[in-house]
Amino acid sequence: MENIFVNAAGGIRNLLESAGLPGLAVDLIVLTVIFVAILVFVLLNVLWLVYMERKVSAFIQCRIGPNRVGPMGLFQTIADTVKLISKEIIIPKNTNKKLFLLAPVMIFMPPMAVFAVTPFGKGMVALDLNIGVYYFVALASLSTVIIWTAGWTSNNKYSLLGSMRVVAQMVSYEVPLLLSIVGVVLLTGTLNLTGIITSQQSVWFIFLQPLAFLIYLIAAVAETNRTPFDLVEGESEIITGPFTEYSGMGFAFFFLAEYANVLLVSMLASILFLGGWLAPFGLTFIPSWIWLLLKVYLMIFILMWLRWTYPRIRIDQMMAFCWKVLVPLAIVNIFVTGIGKYLYESVRW
Amino acid sequence: MENVYELIAFILLGGMVLGSALLVVTLKNLVHSVLSLIVTFIAVAGIFLLLNADFLAAVQVLVYAGGVCIMVVFGVMLIQRSDIAESNPVNWRFGFAALLGGGIFILIGMFAARSQWMIAGTEVPKDTVGTFAPILLTDFVIPFEVAAILLTVALTGALLLVKEVKANGDRS
Repeated sequence: MENIFVNAAGGIRNLLESAGLPGLAVDLIVLTVIFVAILVFVLLNVLWLVYMERKVSAFIQCRIGPNRVGPMGLFQTIADTVKLISKEIIIPKNTNKKLFLLAPVMIFMPPMAVFAVTPFGKGMVALDLNIGVYYFVALASLSTVIIWTAGWTSNNKYSLLGSMRVVAQMVSYEVPLLLSIVGVVLLTGTLNLTGIITSQQSVWFIFLQPLAFLIYLIAAVAETNRTPFDLVEGESEIITGPFTEYSGMGFAFFFLAEYANVLLVSMLASILFLGGWLAPFGLTFIPSWIWLLLKVYLMIFILMWLRWTYPRIRIDQMMAFCWKVLVPLAIVNIFVTGIGKYLYESVRW
Repeated sequence: MENVYELIAFILLGGMVLGSALLVVTLKNLVHSVLSLIVTFIAVAGIFLLLNADFLAAVQVLVYAGGVCIMVVFGVMLIQRSDIAESNPVNWRFGFAALLGGGIFILIGMFAARSQWMIAGTEVPKDTVGTFAPILLTDFVIPFEVAAILLTVALTGALLLVKEVKANGDRS
């Protein structure tokens, strides 16, 4: 069970090598298979998350939630997707047609590119980059521009308001997000995601960096544009903001990409703070990839819980909270971590 | 074999850089120019990756594609102009530009042909950040901090400027 995926990849590699293919072609085919597997994993998770979100919200609001399509409403998302595919894609008159259609296509690119360096389990990482964490945040920052493009080309005042909010919000909250990660990087001395996981062997970083974890959690909610920071979409004031003009699959892509981003930030949280695929209490009979999934889903549940518990805050409150509370706290956290590490290394008790 | 693929990748990336840079200059709409500028920056990051400089490539994406271009977006947000369609005018003086650009290109080409290139004696280290960080934070810590202070001053200045405009009020 533990090595099922690693062995599968090794098996494909051996099969291709014994067929006499040159090394480069074998690498190419194996990497393609791995990337397709990651793609399928992400899409399945996203479909499940849409269903889970509705069930969790129903649970919190004392409702039943989707319960008609399939057992316990499990096929609800599939039915919704089929409905969205069959809908007409409406392109408003005064839009830049190419950019308008390009934005929903590009929105999946940053999360997909980031999943290439994520360790899904022991030895289960497509590309073990040295600068994994940095690559992660660098690529993830690109989605800002894509959502902004969507809002801008829609040529609609609500979309424009929403896309300007996207820029303001996501750029601002990227600062505390990055600064909270610096604390973990200081402790491990590496930017490699696998290295960060293995250095949590004795203690998870949530216990050494509780403040950083809190800041990361809040900034992650803001980065994924979810309540209480969903001013970007704000159904009741700006009618889902940048996505107002999108219909059918164009809208569905943005909707699904939001869940891909939720999966992404939860994965980074469990890698950086919850020990990644390491098993707690020596329960190693459960495979590492199941442990990672359990932690990721714990994080996702917390995000959903926040979403359905808190009301939306005002934009000035949001910006003030970021720049006057989160950023100073994150900087203090870096100072304390640095001094603590220095003291620990000089005393070595 | 390896070099052929590198060459193909370099030609593709170089073409992307040049093509999108040309679009940045010639497109009439400022917003479209910014979007092609992002493509330029990402292609430059690809060239850095080709040279095994992975950290530099990530910096390129985060700071330039994700940061500098967003700054231009902030600029678009702050200027008060009802129509952005003709915001990036081109004067089409191609003759003069070709002369100047060609001259600089010939000059650089001449120097490049005459200089003696150092062939790197050692392999590119696997851990690029680990060797880079100590240099930045010990040997060059003063220039590093001066740059940080400069940026803080620029940030404060920009804030003051925007506040000033707001205090003066009716510019619409």
